[in-house]
Amino acid sequence: MSITEILFAVLTVVALFGAMMVITSRNPIYSVLWLILTFFAISGHYILLNAQFLAIVNIIVYAGAIMVLFLFVIMLMNLNKETEPSRNRWLKMAGVIGGGCLMLVLVAALRDIDIKDNIANVGHGDIGLLKNLGKELFTTYVVPFEISSILFLSAMVGAVVIGKKN
Amino acid sequence: MSNILTLAYLVPLFPLIGFLVNGLLRKQLNKPLIGIIGSGSILASFIVSLLIFLQVKNGASDVITYFNFISVGDFSIPFAFQIDQLSSIFLLIITGVGFLIHVYSTSYMHEEKTEHFGRYFAYLNLFVFSMLLLVMGANYVIMFIGWEGVGLCSYLLIGFWFKKPEYNKAANKAFIMNRIGDLAFLIAIFWIIGKVNSVGYTEVLAAAQATGDAQVFSAFDLTGITILLFIGATGKSAQIPLYTWLPDAMAGPTPVSALIHAATMVTAGIYMIARSNILYTLSPLTLDIITWIGLATALLAATIALKQNDIKKVLAYSTVSQLGYMFLALGTGAYVAAVFHVMTHAFFKALLFLGSGSVIHAMGGEQDIRKMGGLSKHMKVTNFTFLIGCLAIAGIPGLSGFFSKDEILANAFIKSPVIYGIGLFTALLTAFYMFRLYATTFLGKFRGTHEQEHHLHESPAAITIPLIVLAVLSVVGGYVGIPAFIKEGAHSLNSFLSPVVAESNTILGEHHISHSTEWMLAGISTVLIIIVVIFAWTKFSKRPDTEEATGFGKVLADKWYVDELYEKIIVNPLEKLGGFFNRVMETSVIDGLVNGVGRLVNYGSRQLRLIQSGQVGNYVLLMVLSMLLIFAIQFFLRK
Amino acid sequence: MPIIYYIILSIALFSIGIVGVLTRRNAIIIFMCVELMLNAVNLLLVAFSKMHYNAALKDGLVAGADGQLFVFFIMVVAAAEVSVGLAIIVMMYRNIHSVDVNFLNRLKH
Repeated sequence: MSITEILFAVLTVVALFGAMMVITSRNPIYSVLWLILTFFAISGHYILLNAQFLAIVNIIVYAGAIMVLFLFVIMLMNLNKETEPSRNRWLKMAGVIGGGCLMLVLVAALRDIDIKDNIANVGHGDIGLLKNLGKELFTTYVVPFEISSILFLSAMVGAVVIGKKN
Repeated sequence: MSNILTLAYLVPLFPLIGFLVNGLLRKQLNKPLIGIIGSGSILASFIVSLLIFLQVKNGASDVITYFNFISVGDFSIPFAFQIDQLSSIFLLIITGVGFLIHVYSTSYMHEEKTEHFGRYFAYLNLFVFSMLLLVMGANYVIMFIGWEGVGLCSYLLIGFWFKKPEYNKAANKAFIMNRIGDLAFLIAIFWIIGKVNSVGYTEVLAAAQATGDAQVFSAFDLTGITILLFIGATGKSAQIPLYTWLPDAMAGPTPVSALIHAATMVTAGIYMIARSNILYTLSPLTLDIITWIGLATALLAATIALKQNDIKKVLAYSTVSQLGYMFLALGTGAYVAAVFHVMTHAFFKALLFLGSGSVIHAMGGEQDIRKMGGLSKHMKVTNFTFLIGCLAIAGIPGLSGFFSKDEILANAFIKSPVIYGIGLFTALLTAFYMFRLYATTFLGKFRGTHEQEHHLHESPAAITIPLIVLAVLSVVGGYVGIPAFIKEGAHSLNSFLSPVVAESNTILGEHHISHSTEWMLAGISTVLIIIVVIFAWTKFSKRPDTEEATGFGKVLADKWYVDELYEKIIVNPLEKLGGFFNRVMETSVIDGLVNGVGRLVNYGSRQLRLIQSGQVGNYVLLMVLSMLLIFAIQFFLRK
Repeated sequence: MPIIYYIILSIALFSIGIVGVLTRRNAIIIFMCVELMLNAVNLLLVAFSKMHYNAALKDGLVAGADGQLFVFFIMVVAAAEVSVGLAIIVMMYRNIHSVDVNFLNRLKH
């Protein structure tokens, strides 16, 4: 078993476990922390896949900015208690069964697909480097890039408008 | 005048025009004009009919096809008229008697409002049109159109004074009773179409006679068809068991009773059977049934007539009885005798009805003979013509009734002496009740109110002239059929109609009884009838039975309780069934079903509405489940 | 690594996210589960990008940057979404003093 395989296995287990804990923790603070752990594991996967830039961005944006935002909000609202009333048990069960079935169906849908030879090679390739991505981003995808800045602006305005006291 | 037969369409056309003009413009026209249009159109028809008759008398007869009425695949029903000896005689009777009654009506109905006067003449013209269609049609479908048309007109005219509920009831009764018969007629037509693929008389009657490989009708078919047709005839011609509508039909104006319920429409059944005589000749069973039903009807109606006190009811039951006679004649295979009796009966029964109308007119609407009496002093013409009518219907020698009735009785004697005996007994009853009627009405002392006595008068000329004409016809009408035992070869009607019944006569064979026997039969009946007439005359002119009938007489006065029996056996169970359906089926089953569907949808939607909880989680769950379903279908079920 | 591993991992993460959305009532947790689902998709996109890169490399070509750029854009959108979404949640908390989605049943009316 090569080192990359070990890393893959470890990261996978961490990501899945973290995700499970996100949805099972009673305390929202713990959920946020577990989610951050999950994001770190996913960033690890990105590095394994030679997407170094994305890995860093993921940590900065998600784990850093977004999750801290979540944390702030939770703390602002003083929700760090196990205040959430439990949902209807049957509905909960239905939710779990529904999600499980969806996973089952999606996996089962793959059974006929011939992708055994498709390998996501780990450890090689420089496509994920900032230089290459930046070149691509500012040539081919320059228009979406600029539009996304407008999206940000409008999101910012929206957040301010919504958050304002009426 | 090359070939008047091609102008046959004019015969029904004139009454149709009269109907349309009178019916549509009844508010614009005035009474004399309506009367002229109504009567004139019938007179024009009568003239054309007369010309046709003269042509037919010279040996012409034809089927004239005007256009294709119904055409489906290889089956077609042409709109065609059959002009031959039989139909030409009926044409004369219908238009001739019809014309006289129209003239009579102009005076009789004079007190009606103008629009009702116009409506009356429109109905009357429509009736004549339908009757002509019935008689002239060259196939069963055209006949059926006329058949239904006369039924409709009969309904309309019985209920002419529609403001009285009991009159409407009588009209409904007539219509429904006729409908029962019509259904049978219709089934018979379908049966014929199924077998022959044609409804023309020529084709059907030819098919009936085909034998061997070409045979179309089995014995069962023939019996079935003829019995169904006969049931149709019992409805229209008021025979047992469907006769009860005819006495109630007297609710209509008296001229209507004379025209429709005595002279013409009720003879439609006889015409139909005479027209399809070969079918009947080939099915002896049906002939026997007709004989016995005719005989039973004649006897039953005659007994009822003995105790009726309404002048029109007596005549109505007498009509039923005489129709029974005609069916008796048909049943014995004496088709010519039946047609002969139709003709003479049309004369004297129209005369009697019109006479009774004149009496009722004079009495100011009174119809109860117990309140009349002694009218002969006041109404000379009516009295005299009514007496002639009574003598004719009683069968006094020298008048028309004698010849036709005697011919029927002679044929009955050939068939069986028992039938003859019952027929003769019925004839005696007829003489008795007719002279009871005559004596009670015209002889003795007047029993009505003083006011009525003061009001008594002879009717105007428009009423008396038709009476006189009909009286003359009632006397001389019989001389077209002088029986062979009086003068050989003088039965001109027989020789005239022989082409129509030729095949039947060949099949039935000639059964002649000796002239001496016939003399004897005629003598016996004449003597007996004269005795009865004298007995009735003396009995009722001195001491009319004005008191209520008791014992057996009450049974007769109440018409053997046949109406009550029908009420119990048919109407009540039907009403109960209807009530059951109304209460149970309607409310619980049908309403329950309809309301149940509504409630189910209501309930279901209320339950479905709960899905719309407004909670996002539920929506997401449903969304996931739906996605799941779509995936499942996409990946697993598509193969 | 065979691509199928990544696919299955992504499906697993995605499904966990779905289950979270379905079973929790706290709006913030639901929101976080949505982020988790987005990340599952991101991971899959990166894996596909890498696979595509390998396949193209055999023919001497360079490919696969598109997938990573899509991830980049998804992150952009996610950031914008989070800012607006959290603002909504804050406002909701301010109005009904709760972040329980069961109270948000206005859709019923």
